Amino acid sequence: MSERLADWTRGEEAITYQTCAACGHVQYFHRAFCAACGTAGPREARASGKGTVYATSLVCRAATPETRAHVPYNILLVDCAEGFRMMAHGENDLGIGDAVKASFRPFAGKLVPFFTKSA
Amino acid sequence: MSFITGVGLTPFGKHEGSSSLDLMSKAAQAALDDAGLKRAEIDGILCGYSTVSPHIMLATVFAEHFGIRPSYAHAVQVGGATGLAMTMLAHHLVVAGICRNVLVVAGENRLTGQSRDASIQALAQVGHPDYEVPLGPTIPAYYGLVATRYMHEYGVTEEDLAEFAVLMRAHACTHPGAQFHDPITVADVMASKPVAMPLKLLDCCPVSDGGAAFVISRERTGEAGVRIRGCAQAHTHQHVTAAPGLSELGAEISIVRAREATGLATSDVRYAAIYDSFTITLAMLLEDLGLAGRGEAAARVRAGHFSRDGAMPLNTHGGLLSYGHCGVGGAMAHLVEAHLQMTGRAANRQVRDASIALLHGDGGVLSSHVSMFLEQVR
Repeated sequence: MSERLADWTRGEEAITYQTCAACGHVQYFHRAFCAACGTAGPREARASGKGTVYATSLVCRAATPETRAHVPYNILLVDCAEGFRMMAHGENDLGIGDAVKASFRPFAGKLVPFFTKSA
Repeated sequence: MSFITGVGLTPFGKHEGSSSLDLMSKAAQAALDDAGLKRAEIDGILCGYSTVSPHIMLATVFAEHFGIRPSYAHAVQVGGATGLAMTMLAHHLVVAGICRNVLVVAGENRLTGQSRDASIQALAQVGHPDYEVPLGPTIPAYYGLVATRYMHEYGVTEEDLAEFAVLMRAHACTHPGAQFHDPITVADVMASKPVAMPLKLLDCCPVSDGGAAFVISRERTGEAGVRIRGCAQAHTHQHVTAAPGLSELGAEISIVRAREATGLATSDVRYAAIYDSFTITLAMLLEDLGLAGRGEAAARVRAGHFSRDGAMPLNTHGGLLSYGHCGVGGAMAHLVEAHLQMTGRAANRQVRDASIALLHGDGGVLSSHVSMFLEQVR
């Protein structure tokens, strides 16, 4: 199995995903196996960062002092071009169906994906 | 066959100075008294969890504290679906002949035992530790995501969602044990502080102290009887990021399985006890379960369909939204109220006919589902 690619969950400006060589299943949460068929070692790749907004929720009441400093912040579910869904931040005025592109921003001491409207 | 032979419920709200064990004990004693059973007659204990006082063996901690030496005991954790999941397990334990009388109990001093932020923070941990929690979501945000999508697909509005908060408050106003007794309007809900849009403060259930318990038995102990006709579960995901599409969620799967297990149809149902952590939860579940058409639940609320005198009385105690939410015990209050209705003991809240009740619980972010049919036996 190849070395795990670094992504935003490890402080790298990247979004990664996995594709199963046996059944073609695409998954976002990293695993040592395909969650659909169990085959070991799904292929890892960097995503393009392009996607479509599936859902939004503007958080106005946060639960920790670190996150409270950022309110309001928009939590998104984005359907990525490569066929997986991810949670991210984005511009506050994004709506469902908007075509978006990923960038990265610091949030509460970590790096998080931040989506903006693509031109 | 299994019967719910006794129920116990504390008022919800502030119980200053009460521990989780205190609240569990209070509810358990009330359930035993209601069933007319002594401690020695309880041979099974199932309990929920307490976020205030986490313990790896809460069921035996409780058993020792309360004074029972059961032959079967452990805790169950399925978030908001825990109460009905425990009831389902108790039903199967009794039907299989493993236990005669199972005490199902939960209680938590979630309001006075820790700060609201601590509660919100603890609950947000149902999110994925690497891919969701670092983004600072809250439980209202997880449901807020589901809400914007549901509103988008089915044309539901924020005013529609507000109707459910208003209805649950109207019901709570008639129950002395409810946390909130001030009537509210759709305008009040719309004007309440934004939490995680489209959900505002009055779209969200409160944090409460409280406890609830019931006894599931092989034989009836009193005159009025309530029988568990059958139940089923469905678990499609844990994290909202991994949730299936809105038309493939677990409630639709578990209700089909529960109908198959009982031979009952949704049209047989006379009373509904449905999980309502947020207004969107209640709206979606009513529609997923077939108690209203897609996007039509709010119109049914406005028409009085789910009111005490309506065709399908719903959560007549006020639900999580207004009776309150003390964790696992929160959704168990729905079953206690259904039992009171089915045994003609709901006083000023009594409905005409509660001969068949449908109960539904949801844990996580629409992740875990339990559907259950109860039947009145005379």
